[in-house]
This record gives sequence, C-alpha cells and structure tokens, in this order.
Amino acid sequence: MSHPSKHLLAIEGLEPPHIADLLDLAESYALLNRSGKTQRDLLKGRTLINLFFEDSTRTRTSFELAGKRLGADVINMSVSQSSVNKGETLLDTASTLNAMQCDLLVIRHAQSGAPALLSQKVDAAVINAGDGTHEHPTQALLDALTIRRHKGRLEGLVVAICGDIAHSRVARSNIHLLTTMGSRVRVVGPPTLIPADAARLGVEVFHDMKAGLAGADVVMMLRLQRERMSGGLVPSAREFFRFYGLDAEKLAHAKDDSIVMHPGPMNRGVEIDSAIADHPTRSVIGEQVEMGVACRMAVLDILARRLPRNR
Amino acid sequence: MRDLIVTGARLLDPATGLDAPGALLVRDGFIADLGPGLMAPEGAEVLDAAGACLAPGLVDLRANLGEPGAEHRETIASAAQAAAAGGITTLCVLPDTDPPLDDPALLSFMIRRGEATGSVSLLPYGAATAGCAGRDLAEFGLLREAGAIAFTDGARAIGNARMMRLALSYARAFGAFVVQHPEEPTLAAGGAATEGELATRLGLPAITPAAEAMMVARDIALARLTGGHVHFAHVSTGAALDLIRAAKAEGLRVTADTAPPYFDLNETAIGDYRTYAKLSPPLRTEADRQAVVAALADGTLDAIASDHQPRDADDKRLPFAQAEAGGAGLATLLGVTLARVHGGDLPMLDALGLLTCRPAALLGLPCGRLAKGAPADLVLFHPQRGWKVEAGTLPGKAQNSPFDGRALEGRVLGTWKGGRRVFGGRA
Repeated sequence: MSHPSKHLLAIEGLEPPHIADLLDLAESYALLNRSGKTQRDLLKGRTLINLFFEDSTRTRTSFELAGKRLGADVINMSVSQSSVNKGETLLDTASTLNAMQCDLLVIRHAQSGAPALLSQKVDAAVINAGDGTHEHPTQALLDALTIRRHKGRLEGLVVAICGDIAHSRVARSNIHLLTTMGSRVRVVGPPTLIPADAARLGVEVFHDMKAGLAGADVVMMLRLQRERMSGGLVPSAREFFRFYGLDAEKLAHAKDDSIVMHPGPMNRGVEIDSAIADHPTRSVIGEQVEMGVACRMAVLDILARRLPRNR
Repeated sequence: MRDLIVTGARLLDPATGLDAPGALLVRDGFIADLGPGLMAPEGAEVLDAAGACLAPGLVDLRANLGEPGAEHRETIASAAQAAAAGGITTLCVLPDTDPPLDDPALLSFMIRRGEATGSVSLLPYGAATAGCAGRDLAEFGLLREAGAIAFTDGARAIGNARMMRLALSYARAFGAFVVQHPEEPTLAAGGAATEGELATRLGLPAITPAAEAMMVARDIALARLTGGHVHFAHVSTGAALDLIRAAKAEGLRVTADTAPPYFDLNETAIGDYRTYAKLSPPLRTEADRQAVVAALADGTLDAIASDHQPRDADDKRLPFAQAEAGGAGLATLLGVTLARVHGGDLPMLDALGLLTCRPAALLGLPCGRLAKGAPADLVLFHPQRGWKVEAGTLPGKAQNSPFDGRALEGRVLGTWKGGRRVFGGRA
C-alpha cells in the first residue's frame, strides 16, 4: 500500500496499513544502518531542505543524517525567532523554496498548522517535523518502531503517556498512531495539562500516576516545558516531580518488563529520575534516537517515490 | 426627483406583518403610498418587480470598518459599496478604530462621511471607555449629542466589573444602552478556537465556551443592579442564550444580537486551519449553532448583525493562531439569513424583522419599515435566485468571507437609499 498523500503532515488520517508499511520499511533501514551499509543512490540528485523555525538539535540532525544516508543534497535553514514573528516569512519562504527547486521539505514551526499552510504553497513534499501543539509524526513513528522491536507488536499493548499532554505534539501523534494500531492508550497528568475532551481521542485519562501506570507495557514520558510553570499550570517543579515525575516507586506499578521512553531533551529530576532515564534494561531512550534516523529514512524514501522523476 | 413606483412585488413589512403583492410609491425620498391596486402617477418611473420581494433596507447593527486607521483593509467608500450590494441602508459602526471613536468630533466626522456616500447611513457607536482601553469612562453625554447610538468598546470586552457597572449606570442618564462583547478576557486571552475535541486535535489554543456565558451572567447581574440596558453582541452559545432568555422573562433591560456565522456554520469550518473561518467569538459546536437558531425563532435574539470585520490577505495567510480573527459580512447578510428561511427554521417576516424593524426599534430609528412617510430605504431581492459566495469576487474591498464557497439562494436585485437607487440596474 502506498502512502496516501504527497506530504506527511500528520499521523491522524493514516490507516493501519500505511503505518505498518512505514514501520516495516523503517525496520529494514534500521538493520541496514546497523550493518554499516548505505543506499546513497536512492535520493541522488534530490534536494532536502531542513527548515527549522524552532531550535532543535536532535530532530534536525536526524533528518540530516537520514537524507545523507540516502544520497540527498541536504541543506539546513534556520530562521531566527524574530523574523518568525513577522508571520509573512512563512509564505515568503515558500516562494524562495520553490525557486530553489527543493524536493523534500522538512519543517518545524512553533505554530500548529504551519506545515499544512506551507504545503499549499510549495512544490516540494512537506514533512512535518513538529508544529506547535499539533503533531510530530516522525516522532510517533520512531516511538512505535522502538516499541514494536521490544514487544513484537503494538496491538493490545497498554501504553501510558505521562506529563504535559495538553501542549505536546508528541503526545497527539502517538495517541493517533497507537490507537490506530490497536494499542490501549492512557494519558496521565494533572487536569491542567490534559487537553479538553482528551477521552474523545480514544484514550483513558488518569490524574493519578500509579493508577495510570498499573499494568502498563510502555511508559512514555513527555518533556515538561519550563514556561508551563511560569504560566501557573503547575505550581512548581518539585511538586510536579513528586506526583508526576517517573521514579522507581511509580514505575514499580507498571509491568516488570515495561519499557520507559522519552522524546528528549529530558528535564532530569522534573519529569524523570536519572536512575530511570539511564536504566540499562528498562530505558530505551537511546534506541529511540537510533530508530529516529531509520524512520526518517523510510519517510523520505516513501515520499520520494511520489515525486516527479525529473524536475 | 421623479416619482418611482415599484409594481408587482411581494411587499414584506415585518413591522406590520404585511406580506402581500402590491405596489410601492416613492416620492421625494420617502414612501408616499403602498398597497394593492396602487396606480402609477403620471410621469412616474415604473419598475416592474414581478417575482421579487420588496422589503425595508437592512439595518445592520454591528460592523467594523477599516476606516479610519486600516484603509488598506477597507475604506468607507468600499464598505458602502458592499453594504449597498447587500441591501443594507443603515450601518452601525463600531468605535474601536484607529483612532477610536471616543471624541464627539470623530463621531460627527463619521456621520458626515456616511452622508457623503449617498448610499448608506453610518451610525457610529461611541466608545464606552476612553480609547476603548477599558480604564476611564468616555464622555457619554457629549458623544450622544454628537450622534452616538450607544456605547461599546467594540471587539474588546469591558472586562472590569466596576467599569461595566459605571457604564451601565451612567448611560441611563442619556437613554443609551451599552453593548458588550461577551467574553471573559482572562479566559479568552490567546485563544483561537472553541475549547473541545476539535481544538485539541488541531493543537490550537482554545477558549472555553463558558467564557461567554460567564460574562453574560455577570452583566445581567449588573443590569439588575443598575437598571441599565445591556446589549450582548454576537451571542454564540446556548448557555448564554438561556441566561438572556431568563433575564428578559424577568423584565430586565437586556437585548442581544447574533451574526450569520453563528447560525450557519459550526466549528468544523476551521478544519484544515481555514483562517477565513477564524472569528471572534470563535465558531462553536453544532449544538450551540442550533441553540442560536432556536433563539432567533423564539425571539430571544433581537437582531441579526453582519458583524463585518474587514481583513486583508496578509491578516489571514498565516498559521491559524497568528491569523487575525474576523469575517467580511455585508454582502452575505441577507443571503445567509434567508438560508434559515429556506431551511424552515424562520418565517420570512421574522427573519426580515431581525434585519430591519427590530434593530431599528432598538435604536429608536424611523427606518426599517414599509410605511407611509418612512424614508424610502428599500431592498428588492429575489428569494430563490442562487449565487455562490466567492472570495475575490465580492463587492467592496474586504474579501475575507467565512462563507467562501457557500451556495446561497436569495439575491439582492436593487437597493434604494432615501429613494435613490444605490445598487442594481433595472431588475
């Protein structure tokens, strides 16, 4: 089954076979990467532009590496925060990109819907690398691949996503992907960090961490942005850690073989205890990064198949 | 001016309940006579309007114009052109312009600018607070003398309860009401959509719909306290409408309007981040839309206003949360209202009443009715003739219609202001 769109703007709307295809392809890239081989002819002559309106090291580097491993010419464009605020920059940038004959455009933007807006104006295939509090599709793919490699499946697993759900694009993409693939998803956090009508997304809502983790196969922690505390949504970091930070005591409520994930970068001592983050068997945080490159290779590969042969 | 007689039309006058075929005679800018079997005086221009409806020109209770201050979005001349094409002959304009209409000289200026268009009366609201900044009461007395129809801070809620109490209380001295944008500002700050499943899916900052009911409840309490008259603009939720219904039953001086988007669209219109559907207040759930329709039908709402807010492409071609809220509404006011008539939700006369005599009565104006001696402000429309709303082809400068792409039945054929034809060729 081929990918349903020219772009990858969101997980919401993808059907199980689309997701399974992407994960299978990503799995093969993970094996290829471990074998040390490359496939530098696949995107030869293609131009990939990383257009980041928000700071990011991990995601940008991961896309850069993925593009280079497939032979694309990769260009990184960072747009300063001050010019982002002028707004027009986004569509001005679109015409610039069209003139540059970009094939694959990876965009991160602080505003929900910015990649969708850009996709209406550019010729390139657009990949959403995180937009506001909307979605972060490749993060959900790499999380799912990591889970699948450890648990052998997604269907029927109990996955607890914990922390600031309201402001998390990672949470939204994971919720859409995992519920689509038949996992039982829980969201765990204080009511001020749970979005309105969260249950309508097909998840169970918990405000008590121990209850939310009970019997979980996967514990997925989210980054708590510092500004959430200044916004008064939680009173303090220490209170948040006490009730919603992942430590050994809370993790003991999950299954004994449960895995712990985090999209990074971590606030150690705020949402996760260092002993858990660095746990040799439970934490799969390092593997998530590795799977990130493989998943992004799969996404680039699948979208490139729909590009016109010669521009 | 030659006499004009419109013959063969369906005469619709919501003020008297008239709905009958007949003719209407215009002389010297006023309605000289109307009724069946009316004969054309010698030398009169005869307009055969068979198949069309003739109604009072629309009284639009709420429009924000680009002028003064945002002429790149719209000028008074372009707004007047859109109003004439929409059958609007009286346009009440909001004071939160740049500069704000908080000075008697500015109000006189706006009224004169309206007269200069020759096609529409511009009736300005006075600012409720100096600079519409919400801190100090504006000069209600002087503004009223200069022609202020009522007082409001426009799109800005009067958030401070003490300030609203003062405004409602002080306005009584001048027989004026205070118009509130009913949205609790601390709950609404930064929000771009109605809080709920859709906003959660789209990842948009959201405003709880309770922000509206809460402000309505507070201001009803203040109306009770002060004996003042509060008018709620663009009411969009069932919860707020229930409070207004109860306040009216209690006999309080509470009135309210809504705008076409709130009875024609629901929040799904913002799917795919369509910024033309970004409005303030934001579009609501389907249940709330239905509650607005019910409140139109049962009389809880006193008027339908265009809530016209001109925006240009640069205001709207942005990520959703950064785009400006507001929709152009002059040209579509009648057509979208008639959709509720065609849909069986409102009788024709009730629908027209919400656009003519009821807002006119609220403002104490002699227009908005087909009566001997009333100003010959008229709209001739074909109730079934179809057209499609297409941004880029609408009359006037503002093209930001939330109804872009909507097919409508009901087309304005002609508009007369004081007996002078200001829109449409020969019908």
